[in-house]
Amino acid sequence: MKLKKGISLIDQHDQNGFWGNKFGGSFIPETLKKPIEDLTNEFKKLRKDKKFIKKRNFYFKNYIGTPTSFVKLNNLSNHLGGAQIWAKVVSEANGGAHKIYNATVHALICKAMGKKYIVGDTGAGYAGKMLSMAAKKFGLKCKIFMGAKDIKRQKPNCDAMKKNGAEIVPVYSGSQTLVDAVSECMRYWVSNCDNTHMCVGSTVGPNIFVKICGWSTAQISRELKVQLKSKFKKIPNKIKLINCVGGGSSAYGFWSEFIDYDKKQIELIGVEAGGPKKSKLHAAPLSRGAKLGILHGAAAYCCQNNEGQINETESISAGLDYPSVSPIHCFLKDTKRARYTYATDEDALNAYQLVTKLENINPSLEPSHAFAEAIKIAPKLSKDTIIIVNSCGDAKKDRDILRERLGKK
Amino acid sequence: MASLINQAFKKAKSENRPALLTYTVAGDNTKKKSLEILKSISNYADICELGFPHNTPIADGGQIQTSAYRAINNGIKINDVFSVAKDFKKSKKTKPIILMGYYNMIFQYNENKFIEKCKNVKVDGLIVVDLPYPENKKFSNKCKRKGINFIQLVSPTTSPNRLKKIIKDSHDMIYYISMLSTTGGKLKVVPKKILERYSKIKNQNKSKNVVIGFGITEKTIKSLKKADGLVVGSAICKEISNSIKKRQNPVTNVTNIVKRLKKKIT
Ligand SMILES: Cc1ncc(COP(=O)(O)O)c(C=O)c1O
Repeated sequence: MKLKKGISLIDQHDQNGFWGNKFGGSFIPETLKKPIEDLTNEFKKLRKDKKFIKKRNFYFKNYIGTPTSFVKLNNLSNHLGGAQIWAKVVSEANGGAHKIYNATVHALICKAMGKKYIVGDTGAGYAGKMLSMAAKKFGLKCKIFMGAKDIKRQKPNCDAMKKNGAEIVPVYSGSQTLVDAVSECMRYWVSNCDNTHMCVGSTVGPNIFVKICGWSTAQISRELKVQLKSKFKKIPNKIKLINCVGGGSSAYGFWSEFIDYDKKQIELIGVEAGGPKKSKLHAAPLSRGAKLGILHGAAAYCCQNNEGQINETESISAGLDYPSVSPIHCFLKDTKRARYTYATDEDALNAYQLVTKLENINPSLEPSHAFAEAIKIAPKLSKDTIIIVNSCGDAKKDRDILRERLGKK
Repeated sequence: MASLINQAFKKAKSENRPALLTYTVAGDNTKKKSLEILKSISNYADICELGFPHNTPIADGGQIQTSAYRAINNGIKINDVFSVAKDFKKSKKTKPIILMGYYNMIFQYNENKFIEKCKNVKVDGLIVVDLPYPENKKFSNKCKRKGINFIQLVSPTTSPNRLKKIIKDSHDMIYYISMLSTTGGKLKVVPKKILERYSKIKNQNKSKNVVIGFGITEKTIKSLKKADGLVVGSAICKEISNSIKKRQNPVTNVTNIVKRLKKKIT
């Protein structure tokens, strides 16, 4: 299994949609074949269309607000000693997380296809909130599928969705989290694909959704590349890009421009959700050695039992609480281009406390997993090592959990 | 020799009616009960579809989801599914049985082993909901070589060009999904329209048996009786749920439904 150079990772799949002959594909019911083929053709056309690119860039700049800032975390670096720690503060993007890139692009595609309805899944509520924002902006009717457990624990984002006029459809089946929301959203699309566009909230699902999402979040690393050159005059020699991984959309977006670099120069580190320290459950298929399986239309490493029933997962972070992961990250793992590890709930909470005590940023529980890894490795590294953490979400949505777990703030 | 599936359609045709196909989930609500249900309804059904339950069924509506979760919660394993099928075929040698489910279960079992096992317990056909054409080519060929029918699905969204290829690749039976819906949806297309589309499929190759499924209940079954076969699933699963709720015997209640369904198309 090998990566190709000079070709975007989202395009390195074979004609059946598999990366490395193994990951991805489109395992879908017959009814969705046609809508997915239509979407595939439309996306192929649009990404080459200068007018569409111009439009995308316009909204990225004027609506999402690019570039998001790239800052050194001096206090945290000094406190830990060792490597320099920097953050790409993607949570500055409109709405407070990277999910806005994918949502905006999907809304534009939906418009281009002449559809008036858009539906999507959400876990942390950011994908849903952003889709509701983009739908409102572009005059689309929006439905968001969300697990009942997540509706309770991510209330601020639910309030935002409702304010934007979206309907939240609570999902009560299974573990009542993201995995069930995605299933229910797909079921809805099966029944309404004639007039409705579906957005998958991460780089997961049938091949085309992985591609569209990756194409959208890639904006993050395009910006970072420019920012690195302007801060350091050239791309530094020792970089570590640390990102949390749920489905993997923010990690892919953070890394996509840097895949071709040697890993000795730019190391890519993905941090999954290890769940509560004392629990057997987790949401870390890559770092805890889950087997290949098929979930939501794609073959990927997936937490499951040996019969193929999907396992329940557990994480303090709703956004990472998903049993499978992007086929692109499976490919990066097996080609050894990226390294994957996990942080527990407790690690993430500790990291959140340290970062917010020392710095003027407020990372949500998802990127707090990435900070946990940065905090762990920084002291052992040299001063000229540049650790960059993607601070891809704002902790406002985690208000209730943080209050409960850390006391009054 | 003609497959048992083909023979079942022939028999129905000779009686001037569509074949009746039932869908139940193995292990719903227990392994033993699901076998009893299967044996009892097969006195009226021509072909029995038996679901192997998956806990993330992306194309199933509420009724079948409930049945699947119930079976899994009661501890049903894939080998139990095979043993239900095996016991069934022991007493109903000529009644065709079709296993139906999601690809991950087959993938984890191992494709070749799964097909081998199907052959050993005398399963007649397979429906894999999330393994569409052309991705299913290799798998369906393997099935064919072992004398197992791989049943292709077609839907209202299937383009004419694609339809041609799918029919060409199909075995004895083709499953037409009546409308854009998960299982258990209300019939939202008028029967006339469904039959029009059905004829387009049927006319491409008259030797293939084309069945219609999704949205078929006691209320709607009669209006579609021109088809080669009709599949009823959610209505049956719902009856199992109701029987459990009312503390009645699901075997009797489900058998009665199937009896009534049969009567409506005879
Ligand atoms: C802030 C934030 N980070 C990360 C994630 C995880 O998703 P992904 O791995 O696709 O970036 C989510 C998902 O909801 C999120 O809201």
